[in-house]
Amino acid sequence: MDKFRIEIPEFCLVAMIGGTSSGKTSFANRFFRHTEVLSSDFFRGMVCDDENSQEHSGDAFDLLYYAANKRLDNMKLTVIDATNIQSKAREKIINISREQNVHAAAIVLNLPEDILQERNKLRPERNFPERVIRQHSRDVRRCIKGLKREGFRFVYVINSPEQLENTEIIRTKLWNDKKDMHSPLDIIGDIHGCCDELEMLLDKLGYVRDNGIYSHPQGRKAAFLGDFCDRGNRNADVLRLVMDMVKSGNAIAVPGNHDVKLLKYLRGKNITLSHGIDKTIAEIEAKGDDFKKETAEFIDGLISHYVLDDGKLVISHAGIKQEYIGRGSARVREFCLYGEVTGETDSYGLPVRLDWTADYRGRANVVYGHIAGKEVRAQNGTYCIDTGCVFGGKLTALRYPEKEFVSVDALKQYYEPIKPLEENTDENMGDMLTVGDFNKKLHIETQLMHSIDIHENNAAAALEIMSRFAADPHWLIYLPPTMSPCETSSLDGYLEHPFEAFEYYRSRGIRNVVCEKKHMGSRAVIILCRTPETAMKRFGITDGSRGIIYTRTGRRFFDNPDTENALLGRLDRVMTETGFWNDFNTDWVCLDTELMPWSEKAQGLIRSQYAPTGNAGAESLSHAADMLEKACQRSNNAFEVDKITSGQNVDLNAVLECYRNKQNDIENYIKAYREYCWTVKNIDDYRIAPFHVLACEGRVFSEEKHTWHMETLRKYITGIDPVFMETPYICVDTENRESVDSAAEWWINLTSDGGEGMVVKPETFTARQGFKLLQPAVKCRGREYLRIIYGAEYLEKEHLKRLKSRSLNRKRTLALKEFSLGVESLSRFVKGEPLYRVHECSFGVLAFESEPVDPRL
Amino acid sequence: MLLTITYEGENTQELGFLLHKNPERPQQFELSCGKAYVFYPEVSDKRTTAALLLDIDPIDLARGKTGSRDGGLFDYVNDRPYAATSFMSTAIVRIFGTAMSGRCDKRRELADTPLNLTAEIFSLKDGGDTELAAQMFEPLGYTVSAERTKLDDKFPEWGISPYINLTIKGNVRLSELLNHIYVLIPVFDKQKHYYIDEDEIKKLLGHGEGWLANHPYREKIARRYFDAKKSYARRAIDILLSDGETVSDTDNTESEGEKEIRTPLNALRMETVKNAVLESGAESVIDLGCGECRLTSLLLSEQQIKKVTACDVSVSVLEKAAQRLHLDRMNQYKKNKLNLMQASLTYRDKRFEGHDCACVVEVIEHIETVRIPAFERAVFEFACPKTVIVTTPNREYNANYRNMQENSLRHGDHRFEWTRQEFKSWTEHICEKFGYGCVISGIGENDENLGTPTQMGVFTKNG
Repeated sequence: MDKFRIEIPEFCLVAMIGGTSSGKTSFANRFFRHTEVLSSDFFRGMVCDDENSQEHSGDAFDLLYYAANKRLDNMKLTVIDATNIQSKAREKIINISREQNVHAAAIVLNLPEDILQERNKLRPERNFPERVIRQHSRDVRRCIKGLKREGFRFVYVINSPEQLENTEIIRTKLWNDKKDMHSPLDIIGDIHGCCDELEMLLDKLGYVRDNGIYSHPQGRKAAFLGDFCDRGNRNADVLRLVMDMVKSGNAIAVPGNHDVKLLKYLRGKNITLSHGIDKTIAEIEAKGDDFKKETAEFIDGLISHYVLDDGKLVISHAGIKQEYIGRGSARVREFCLYGEVTGETDSYGLPVRLDWTADYRGRANVVYGHIAGKEVRAQNGTYCIDTGCVFGGKLTALRYPEKEFVSVDALKQYYEPIKPLEENTDENMGDMLTVGDFNKKLHIETQLMHSIDIHENNAAAALEIMSRFAADPHWLIYLPPTMSPCETSSLDGYLEHPFEAFEYYRSRGIRNVVCEKKHMGSRAVIILCRTPETAMKRFGITDGSRGIIYTRTGRRFFDNPDTENALLGRLDRVMTETGFWNDFNTDWVCLDTELMPWSEKAQGLIRSQYAPTGNAGAESLSHAADMLEKACQRSNNAFEVDKITSGQNVDLNAVLECYRNKQNDIENYIKAYREYCWTVKNIDDYRIAPFHVLACEGRVFSEEKHTWHMETLRKYITGIDPVFMETPYICVDTENRESVDSAAEWWINLTSDGGEGMVVKPETFTARQGFKLLQPAVKCRGREYLRIIYGAEYLEKEHLKRLKSRSLNRKRTLALKEFSLGVESLSRFVKGEPLYRVHECSFGVLAFESEPVDPRL
Repeated sequence: MLLTITYEGENTQELGFLLHKNPERPQQFELSCGKAYVFYPEVSDKRTTAALLLDIDPIDLARGKTGSRDGGLFDYVNDRPYAATSFMSTAIVRIFGTAMSGRCDKRRELADTPLNLTAEIFSLKDGGDTELAAQMFEPLGYTVSAERTKLDDKFPEWGISPYINLTIKGNVRLSELLNHIYVLIPVFDKQKHYYIDEDEIKKLLGHGEGWLANHPYREKIARRYFDAKKSYARRAIDILLSDGETVSDTDNTESEGEKEIRTPLNALRMETVKNAVLESGAESVIDLGCGECRLTSLLLSEQQIKKVTACDVSVSVLEKAAQRLHLDRMNQYKKNKLNLMQASLTYRDKRFEGHDCACVVEVIEHIETVRIPAFERAVFEFACPKTVIVTTPNREYNANYRNMQENSLRHGDHRFEWTRQEFKSWTEHICEKFGYGCVISGIGENDENLGTPTQMGVFTKNG
């Protein structure tokens, strides 16, 4: 006996229909995963602990429908296991399926009544009266006929236990699912009967005509976005060409609104002969009935949109919203044909459109046509490639996955556009960041760290900082990560020492490291474009500036734009002179630098905290020492502590000694902070030490070793203009005692006069131990310098001992997350991803900076 | 942290009896914040000096073990171990408590007699207020002198030090001197190292007994003493005034221009905006940049207004607003009218949509100029309410604020302030670009030449 086959789409909403005791639950459990089945009994139990309590059905179904919607949101097949005998219950299911744009399927268990009665008797815990079972059976029988009309796309009825036993369920792929199609595509926009241009374009794309059919020698395929006909001069020829390519497997196609209108005509329906369809009709009529029939069947068979290449690409005539992708319903089809319209008409009598691309946040690229513009319009990963060929524009193809555009100009204007072609505006909506993307818990996937979560309260803090202080978000393609110090030193008299930094990497399998001098300034990211036009085109900056210098929290470094301009101008001169722009074939660059003097940015901190502390300390300590000295001189006979019984007695000479040390400490402290302060009188007094070439057009330099960064900076940026200074560095072999010792020596020389210290980095930009990402750098700060971090007296034995216990875990976790986000935002920007995708990463770094971490680390 | 007390006269060694500290025996005391030493640098018939030296542990201070509320109050790099602060006051009570109370069984008469006493307080922070020392101590009969250095000799351009080494000399009883110092040190250095509770009012009044009520700067003293707790200061002042004669308040420390008239102007501004909202016929309002919800609470009590959305970018401000509005016990009806949320005016926000009227009161001047276009689009293009009310300072009027420096702005966070012409041009640009009409008016006293302190634009969507 043949199997009874139930075929349903792999994603749909299934309603089980059957009276009590009809075996719905065991059926569902037999054919579906338990997570796919939402049973009303289960939800009754959930809301009131009693699976049979009819009185709680209302609450139970609320919960059930809620769960069903959540599953459907996530595109999961969902089975509703309830009797569904009442038409009201089925109506609800149909409404959900329409809301969710999925097909509804009904599986009816219409078993003979006597079987049900028997089963019911065997279930004493339920035991419905006989009349209930009878009523159910009757209701089920009666509803079957109307199910299709009610809106169930698929209806299957099981009438006997034998049939039930012999049933199998086949899950079919959705029609729009071409995820397994990976061949390179040439996606071609609205043709409108411009067959000459289409042939030229296919030619240009490398297609060859053989027996009248175009195919590509490298196996590329064409993808047509619909609107094959109307307005142009060779409409029937276009249809012939497209149909031949599709039928021979050399192309795929989605329908356009014009094609659907043509289909109506071919089906004999009344249509208005407007927008150039009259030409098409005239041509088709001349071709005869066979051609008409073939065309009608062809158009009728087209699917409104396709999901291709593992879901990374979607094509449709008029675009598609993220939440419609991969779904099928009349609403989705309408959208794909006509786009999002308000139902109103504008002064030209054309439909008013909503800009769905501004809100598009899907990861799939959507390529579509429908709206003729002068150029391709890209926004948030969507591309409108209708460039108005028939209106005298051009016919454009998007080569996928290359994302290159190839076009041929129209030979003439075939049709006068009703309103001028859409201009590309600088101010499109996608350019506006939307708060819904950021004021919530964020989940960011990066190349370096698979997934990074940002909690809502941190996001709230970042939103505040971004809004109040940050520079134009278009500029913020990178925020530098925080950096952890090395573990505390085991050596006496040192809080930090290079040995621990080397040991961190050595013990994690990193043999070669690079030590770079740490300049005591402020972190500054520099973005420089060759011209303001580049800044506008590449960064969307419209205020006429050509670059920016910003701090690690995304604030403009200089309040005075003249200073910024002057520094950027000097940098440009240097880079032009050294040929950077040509050698790297770029017209912008992003550099990671340290900007000095420290006093320039830390002015407030120095005047309100560092200098006053030194001042108050020096004053009060010197007077205290004076007083102690007087007192000591006065008591001629040295005080003998142990002779005195009171515990309060004290040896003043010891106190004096201690205060002399304190005095010494505060003097060293003052010396230390003074080292990093100088007064800037003009531009020549600034110093900028670049240490990473982060990115330029087409490239993020995170694959290059640090020695490459250092040497590239030497070759192209430092040592010409005194403002741009070199960073001294050495390479160290962490397995070699001599190398490590001499590096420690190098560090001592750097720091003995108050130098800030050095940064130790693995030789590669990113380093891992197994799968684990390692710190991209650890800092090792000088002994004198640390006085301005831990206070003047930190080296006093008692103090140092306590300071040596500190935890770095939190700091290091943050450093890794921020580092991953930084590299990610650069690579997203370089890949041309939309603003919100880049902003998300910088936003994440700022959010992490709001985490409370010991600021001295 | 150092304080010395010098007694000049005959048999000045007696100072030891008054302080209950033997001049021949240097002593050390353990305090919760570190150590204190008492010793005598000078002892003779004619002149005896006692020194109180505090050695505060900077690590404990920074790590939050001592005197810090949440561990983050004090930095490692900190003047606290060195400058004369509330630590000193606490140490005085602890170590010279008996002397402070005026008790001295061995030399009762001496304790009750005004003596020629000098006190030196080192690194006392007056924040550069050169008048303060004289204001505080001269009314109490002291001769005051203060030494001050540059903040840093190497960088004379950084200006003067915020600290003085203060010498006060007078003919007073020792207990009086100690009480004066005890109360007035925290008046100089307002940052207290301990949590202020109600007992502090009693402490102030107790140690101020007999002199504080008649001090011409008593209100300033109370205000600075309770720096963060304004309500305590008010209560202390009330008590002081109730039993002293009325003296006019000569305190002028609030120097920023707007503060002088802030309260009335702010109230007037809110009232004016509220009336403009009502006049527009709006039933739903969004208060963009609501701050502590002054406007929002006015709107909530209007029957015409059915829905108020109040948003601010600062979470801490919103928390304050929620407290101010008593959100936790607001009645359900009113609460249903209100939606309080964090939002940014430079991001597009769907929640802004669907209001009849948007109020942007004293907000745009806090937005960076380069972000103004984003603000414009967020409000006028995307939220697009029928009415938008914008108020912002009129820069020209600043000339009327005596205490404002030329070219300065009214608030540290203001990124700009517009003249009347600048505001007008901006409104015209908005109207043209986004299809609004605008009526400009002023709020506050109208100066014939300079206009009003606040300018208001009421935008109405065309058609």
